[in-house]
Amino acid sequence: MSDVSGLPEDMKKAYGTASSTPSAEPSPHSRSAIIDSSPWHGLWALTNRELKKWYKNPVILLLSLIQPVLWLGLFGKAMNFNAIFTDGAFSIPGLDIPKEVINQLGNMLMLNVFGTSDYFSFLAVGMLSFIVIFTAMFSGMSIVWDRRLGTLNKVMSTPVARGSIVMSKILSSVIRSIVQAAIILVLAVLFGLSTTGITPLGVLGTFTSLALLSFGFSSIFLMLALRSTNQNTQMAIVNLLNLPLLFGSNALFPAGFMPEWLQAFVKVNPISYATDIGRQLLLGAGGMASLAFDFAYLAAFAAAFSAIGIVLSWRFLTK
Amino acid sequence: MTESVSLKYETNVAVGIDAGNLSMNHIIQVRELSKSFNGTTRAVDGISFEVYEGEIFGFLGPNGAGKTTTISMLTTLLRPTSGSATICGFDILKEPNEVRKRIGVVPQEYTADEDLTGYENIMFCADLYGIPRRISRERAAELLQLVELESAKDRKVETYSGGMRRRLELACGLINHPQVLFLDEPTLGLDVQTRAAVWQYIRRLKDEYGMTLFLTTHYLEEADSLCDRIAIIDHGKIVRIGSPKELKDSLGGDIIELGIQENDKEEDPTLLILGVEHVKEVKRVGPAEYRIKSELGEVTAPMIIHRLISNGYHVSKISLMRPTLDQVYLELTGKSIREENGDQTQFRRQRATLRRARS
Ligand SMILES: Nc1ncnc2c1ncn2[C@@H]1O[C@H](COP(=O)(O)OP(=O)(O)O)[C@@H](O)[C@H]1O
Ligand SMILES: [Mg+2]
Repeated sequence: MSDVSGLPEDMKKAYGTASSTPSAEPSPHSRSAIIDSSPWHGLWALTNRELKKWYKNPVILLLSLIQPVLWLGLFGKAMNFNAIFTDGAFSIPGLDIPKEVINQLGNMLMLNVFGTSDYFSFLAVGMLSFIVIFTAMFSGMSIVWDRRLGTLNKVMSTPVARGSIVMSKILSSVIRSIVQAAIILVLAVLFGLSTTGITPLGVLGTFTSLALLSFGFSSIFLMLALRSTNQNTQMAIVNLLNLPLLFGSNALFPAGFMPEWLQAFVKVNPISYATDIGRQLLLGAGGMASLAFDFAYLAAFAAAFSAIGIVLSWRFLTK
Repeated sequence: MTESVSLKYETNVAVGIDAGNLSMNHIIQVRELSKSFNGTTRAVDGISFEVYEGEIFGFLGPNGAGKTTTISMLTTLLRPTSGSATICGFDILKEPNEVRKRIGVVPQEYTADEDLTGYENIMFCADLYGIPRRISRERAAELLQLVELESAKDRKVETYSGGMRRRLELACGLINHPQVLFLDEPTLGLDVQTRAAVWQYIRRLKDEYGMTLFLTTHYLEEADSLCDRIAIIDHGKIVRIGSPKELKDSLGGDIIELGIQENDKEEDPTLLILGVEHVKEVKRVGPAEYRIKSELGEVTAPMIIHRLISNGYHVSKISLMRPTLDQVYLELTGKSIREENGDQTQFRRQRATLRRARS
């Protein structure tokens, strides 16, 4: 064994000095000496892997956009509440009310009900939350796949922190959600979302709230998938939760007209708060709660569930 | 690898660890390790063994014997139900992260990401170990060269053949220059030629990096040609440990099959043959057919012929067989390893792996 120097063997190898003596046994100390042992190392590698699989496959991105776009088109445009309430869509027999008054009344109705005079804009903001929830739901699937294919085992046999494994899935889901929501927002503007009230700060605030929402829900769905080996179970959970979560929020309809019990659910559903922030910041609509409360609620939601997710991953990833 | 190197290494790692564990250069020590699933199935049942530094140690057993379960425990993926093990002096339960830094794992399944290229996969592994880019780039290039995947490194893994995938997994498992490399069924599903090629790569990587290898297999040829020592495992228990030669010698020697023309003489020649030196057992297996168990068959056979001829017998045919691991396995477990089949999950997993190996 050549006794070249105090240089770690790996370095020598890296610089080619050791390649002439292939049988030389690298000193075991240097083998591990160069390893970065900060608790979050590998986090970016894991996140990046998820993202690469996603952006290298544009079909998946397009498919995930289809549903919210359909909702926007079908619901947002077809359910034209503006038209229902204005432009002589209704008349009261025996009374000859001038058209302007009816339009005025209609607009007031819209404002009262939706907080904005245009249902499409109302729904478009709701769709931003929708795509976040949808993406988060499938973040659990990827850990089930990784387990089935053995990738999870391989990752777990390396010194990567167990928390990093879960955190990378959450992060990648957050990043995907943000990108998809941005695309939806652009599409919505193209389809006629009113841009009058939109400011850069408003957009920033909205996306912050969406990121928090994504953090919390991705954590929840990952936790549900931590021990699962069956993607069908996971699919069933997604199907079970997806519509109730969405309809039990203010994303599609204003909460004010829902029955009491549903309103109670809407009030705890984090989706409502993210949507509320979006409507206040992007549409200038009157809110369900103050912006500060909305943000505090979402931040607490995200922090609590990602913390629980990490703690559970320590416990449950190793069988 | 010289003795002094390994000794020096042992003392390096020994700091602060129970010295009793390190009296020999045992890089893996396993004590009464057990794992039950759902409280009932005893997949691994109180196994104990040591692996010496620098050797290739093989776990040989049929599907469902508990090989993967053992590897999963040693590589800190599964918590043992009871028992303990140390790797490089570190306890798998108390210091799992120290163990993980020092081992490489090539799992039974193909775990490389199909959507990424070979190079991206190997760099991903490097990042998991926190190896700085500067170093991991060099290592990746070197390893890809060793497993001869340089030209394919920028292709997506989904275009790789089974053999190429295995080689990529090998390279990934070595990116951290581990002291112990675990290989779970490294040639599962590969055809005979590719299998032999993979053995070549394994030997080459071992020569280059001088690590200890722990591999599992249910291919006898693989255990025989690759391993320095073998543990035969069946139903979660180790039935016998030894070098392939020791195991085969334990059968009591070579088999000589002999045909004579009996009608020359009416006498049974059994006693006559038993008188020859080294002969241990003579069995009449058919009309005028005898099976003889003997040490040093190549010397004994001519002596038997000589004695028979000089006693007036006519030897019509003779064959000499070296004992095989298959016979050892048969003798120890009472069944042939080739006939055995695993249970359902096992089968499903393996089929998935096979499919990918052949795609
Ligand atoms: N996660 C698990 N849950 C329940 N049983 C398992 C699990 N993993 C393995 N087993 C059972 O343990 C036994 C040993 O399996 P395994 O270690 O995979 O065998 P081998 O790798 O030798 O083919 C089998 O009977 C298998 O069904
Ligand atoms: Mg196995």
